[in-house]
Amino acid sequence: MKAGIVVFPGTNRERDMAQALRLTSGRPPQMLWHRDTSLPALDLVVLPGGFSFGDYLRSGAMAAHSPIMREIKAFAARGGHVLGVCNGFQILTEAQLLPGALLRNAGMRFLAQDCFLKVENEATVFTSGWRKGAVFRSPMAHGDGNYTVSAEGLARLEGEGRVAFRYCAVDGAVSADDRTLNPNGSINAIAGVLSENGRVCGLMPHPENLVDPDLGATDGVPMFRSLVESLVA
Amino acid sequence: MSMTVDAALAERFGLTGGEYDKILAVMGRTPTLTELGIFSVMWSEHCSYKSSRIHLRNLPTKAPWVIHGPGENAGVVDIGDGLAAVFKMESHNHPSFIEPYQGAATGVGGILRDVFTMGARPVANLNALRFGDPKAPGTRHIVDGVVRGIGGYGNCVGVPTVGGEVNFHKAFDGNPLVNAMTVGIAPKDRIFLSAAAGVGNPVVYVGSRTGRDGIHGATMSSSEFDEQAASKRPTVQVGDPFTEKLLIEACLELMATDAIVAIQDMGAAGLTSSSVEMAGKGGVGIELVLDDVPQRETGMTAYEMMLSESQERMLMVLRPERTEAARAIFEKWDLDFAVIGHLTDTGRITVTHKGVVEADIPLAPLADDAPLYDRPRLVAEPPARLGWVPDPEGIGNALLHLLACPDLASRAWVWNQYDSDVGGQTVRGPGTADAAIVRVPGTRRGLALTTDCTPRYCQADPHAGARQAVAEAWRNITATGATPLAITDNLNFGNPEKPEIMGQFAEVVKGMAEACKALDFPVVSGNVSLYNETKLPSGLRVSILPTPAIGGLGVIDDVTKAVGYGMPEDCDLVLVGELRGDLGQSLWLREVAGREEGAPPIVDLVAEKRNGDFVRAQILAGNVLACHDLSDGGLLVAVAEMLIASGVGCELVQPRYDSPPYHAHYFAEEQACYIVATKDGAAMTEVAEAAHVPIRRLGRGGGDVLSFWGGLKISVSRLREAHESFFPGFMGN
Repeated sequence: MKAGIVVFPGTNRERDMAQALRLTSGRPPQMLWHRDTSLPALDLVVLPGGFSFGDYLRSGAMAAHSPIMREIKAFAARGGHVLGVCNGFQILTEAQLLPGALLRNAGMRFLAQDCFLKVENEATVFTSGWRKGAVFRSPMAHGDGNYTVSAEGLARLEGEGRVAFRYCAVDGAVSADDRTLNPNGSINAIAGVLSENGRVCGLMPHPENLVDPDLGATDGVPMFRSLVESLVA
Repeated sequence: MSMTVDAALAERFGLTGGEYDKILAVMGRTPTLTELGIFSVMWSEHCSYKSSRIHLRNLPTKAPWVIHGPGENAGVVDIGDGLAAVFKMESHNHPSFIEPYQGAATGVGGILRDVFTMGARPVANLNALRFGDPKAPGTRHIVDGVVRGIGGYGNCVGVPTVGGEVNFHKAFDGNPLVNAMTVGIAPKDRIFLSAAAGVGNPVVYVGSRTGRDGIHGATMSSSEFDEQAASKRPTVQVGDPFTEKLLIEACLELMATDAIVAIQDMGAAGLTSSSVEMAGKGGVGIELVLDDVPQRETGMTAYEMMLSESQERMLMVLRPERTEAARAIFEKWDLDFAVIGHLTDTGRITVTHKGVVEADIPLAPLADDAPLYDRPRLVAEPPARLGWVPDPEGIGNALLHLLACPDLASRAWVWNQYDSDVGGQTVRGPGTADAAIVRVPGTRRGLALTTDCTPRYCQADPHAGARQAVAEAWRNITATGATPLAITDNLNFGNPEKPEIMGQFAEVVKGMAEACKALDFPVVSGNVSLYNETKLPSGLRVSILPTPAIGGLGVIDDVTKAVGYGMPEDCDLVLVGELRGDLGQSLWLREVAGREEGAPPIVDLVAEKRNGDFVRAQILAGNVLACHDLSDGGLLVAVAEMLIASGVGCELVQPRYDSPPYHAHYFAEEQACYIVATKDGAAMTEVAEAAHVPIRRLGRGGGDVLSFWGGLKISVSRLREAHESFFPGFMGN
């Protein structure tokens, strides 16, 4: 798998993502710069976490207009695979590669804690390492992670199996109204969504921070194993 | 106000009559306004350490692993593999009272710059926070702002906040302490220093533009607060973590080349202190042309530019032929880059603006003639040891009471606003081990990091309290399996012009020096914050508790060998160390018996070293499943913290015949003690006894209940509920 990681000014989880991709795929990803006007041949483009352009406008809004985003939109239109994590997810919604928006957390505070995620659709290159209904632990760290989407958009996401991950209890129970289980107040406890063709995925939590056994846990490994096995090049 | 330069204006700038006379002698004429401004900040307590220098000389600062001790932007120690850890702690107390969010945020930003200025990528932040009584009006607002500010800056800049401490006491009502620590990693042969060299070399300004913010901030932090403190809000700077992030990346990119001769961040006293220190240390002269300084506001004067404390700015001396390559790097990161002067051979700082020479000062006297005071000291008699105290409420109630008190309650509400994982190297974050463990990228090696101080001990007996603060930092690092290497310190005190405060200061430095020597734990960097007092509306001036916050750094060769304190299933529990049963100055005494009295616990540095070395060796040999030192709250609180961390219970055996009375046994804040969970307690006891290390059996881990030999049982979930109730109740959501 040949992966590229996009660096915007203010991106800060590119090293975490590079380390996760290197550990799980055995090859280092290529770092891409926000001003690049062409993409190399890649199997996967990753938009990592951070505070692109300081998130001083809406989170991800400035980055969505970077030169490289034109290339990424074209890449996605050609059926390319794109993963956006945290600020990357925010950028993907701002760039309209994914539906919905990420609002300020319901409690109005930055939340950096572990959460549990339930895999809702295992038939994607991002999730095939899990079984449907599997629960895994992941760190989350964001101020604007409260996912929202129009009623019509929500019906489509749910109806078309495009909810990738939901916040849940350790036993898989989901309750959108319970802030201990759905910490940022996301609609239907949605933590990650997919594009219509299932090839663009965005999620708020950080599975890339749980792939290294030396750091104590490997709950995030199946996501990267899914990608590596699906995108053999 | 009138800006005519005379003794009265000098006094308004914080200079004494004697100091102003010295300036007249150095200059041989009346200084210009800009010159007076430069003298006033360079000779402020904050920049000159004029009250503390004479004592700080007594701290041990050397060890074979120390590469740079105090005097540089941060301390540098060798951590193996050709790498160095660069670290320092610094206060932002006064700004955080006036404007909690920006005060705390810019405190984090400032300490980050001290570290990456030296060529190190910041890999961890910690912070030691002291707030007023939770019941006092205003405390909640300050806690909220400070925590948001630390998170807002650290999270955005992408440096994990991995540890620290939070205390409450009414003595901090009008003067909270915000001490921020940053740790970075650099190749040990690529450390950048601030001494300028090369006459004619360009002086380059990079980063944010200069505005009128923070003018005289260094002077403000060198005076007491009064009821008008809020009117000083304009002297608090505003932080921009996004620009800081760009500055980190751009500086580290430039540092990978050979362009930089010297570099210094613009911290307190901004352009003044950076240019004076760079040229002064290098023994050269410096000429600045302020017309070329990137400015955010129009019509700024030389005085304003020289004293501005606008954030996220650096000053560099470059090799001339590399200037354009350097400019390209900063332009790539959308940062201002301006040549604002050059080095000279005059030994003077010359500042011109609009063709007028606004300042022309000889550098040597500016540094060498800085005031140095041996202020009068009054050392209080240490309090008598506490005698027998009856137990008013029994063991179980007292435990629940203590777990829920502000000084012991879970800090999850705080940590959960700090990103502790970014960077992908955090092995142990907040609330899981006695010290945070951060892996060194590209290796299996880890840094163990902690901040420690028990201000109530230092108030009761500054000398003993300082020994305890250093010992506890050493112990917390040891309890993870790491080897303690060095400390940074942040010495927070009241008004040094009062003999009793200067007495506290001198005794603290003496106590620290003893502990640092005995534990081979030198001081490599630090910061002194004085005048932490508040004038109440009644006119009374209240001093803070003396707080020498210690930031400790250790190293462990393999992070997978490090242990946390979560209670494992199915283990033997032993206690390493001696129990004395002295409840003086304990949280039990304050929270349960309602008294703040007695002497703090005795710190036996020989026992400290012996017990710690034993525990560390056992951890590294793989014999330890979990380890937690005894500190605030004593033995039973430490046990409860282990249970809460993992959800596993334990069964305690009856204390040995020679133990203190039960409440003293369980709640005295014993020193040099560790609770160790091991597979085979008998085997560990044998090894300990052979080495003459005191050890005793405590019980067994397992189940989900804390049960005592006499039948008392408390479920771990009840302990957790008590522990987690305070912060959400205090702060809401």
